[in-house]
Amino acid sequence: MSDNFERFKSCAVDVLSVDAEQVVMDATFESLDADSLDLVELVMALEEEFDVSVEEEELDGITTVKGAYDLIISKI
Amino acid sequence: MSRIALITGGNRGIGLATAQRLHAKGYQVAVTSRSLTNSDSNPELADFLVVKCDVTDSDSVDKAVSEIENTLGSVEVLVNNAGITRDGLVLRMSDNDFSEVLDANLAGGFRVSRRVVKQMMRKRWGRIVFVSSVVGLGGQAGQANYAASKAGIIGLARSLAKEFAGRNITVNVVAPGPIETDMLAALNDSQREAMLATVPLARLGKADEVAGAITYLVSEEAGYVTGTVLTVDGGLAMG
Repeated sequence: MSDNFERFKSCAVDVLSVDAEQVVMDATFESLDADSLDLVELVMALEEEFDVSVEEEELDGITTVKGAYDLIISKI
Repeated sequence: MSRIALITGGNRGIGLATAQRLHAKGYQVAVTSRSLTNSDSNPELADFLVVKCDVTDSDSVDKAVSEIENTLGSVEVLVNNAGITRDGLVLRMSDNDFSEVLDANLAGGFRVSRRVVKQMMRKRWGRIVFVSSVVGLGGQAGQANYAASKAGIIGLARSLAKEFAGRNITVNVVAPGPIETDMLAALNDSQREAMLATVPLARLGKADEVAGAITYLVSEEAGYVTGTVLTVDGGLAMG
């Protein structure tokens, strides 16, 4: 799990231009200054990194790092 | 700073004129063409990176843009110019004639824009210009497919303008009127005369005059211009 989270974190740092220590489970995307376009971009990067596929509707209601991380992990 | 520009269908007409103008202004220019793969055969293209690309095929678009990214860097300026015609009266227009024109002219611009916009988002800077046509505004007998594709471009461009405004990417449209290009050379004399009668400036436009408008829209100084449709048509469409 921690290894996967490190991969997740590195995508988030890269796409959202935030510091690694900001990417914690209970951080909201709002607190990371990420809007819906950032979230889509992050998910595209995560799809590539984890070789999974996320549907547009699945992003509804995802507001935290944990939400996005759990969604990706559930697909591996 | 030398911006990197991609012009689809840049091997002739308005696309070529735009490529030449941008090159003269110091841009690094890549042009795509359905058929050409290198500049050896055409000295006019010697200053550009020429990449083979079929805009109706996402894989082809991806391959072409990747080649540009590897050679020049990520695309900062995109001119969606590639287009085809399959003219004919609606009663005799086949499903294929209609859908192929829509696929190339409208969906083609969508595919290329989607492919390059991600890097523009990262850079927080980008310019996209679509080449539409006055027939997209006013319609044209014998060109239902072409006019529909050129009208669709405006809705597409304005949606992109809104989606990516927050990333400092502007998206605009030029709508040329009758321009001296191969596409217009296909008209017969009476068609040509009828067309000129509707143009207040009473002459055909030059591809370079459209290129001038595009050059403005992709420039730094056009940074507050987005979602606009700039007609370059001798006054044809006004009112």
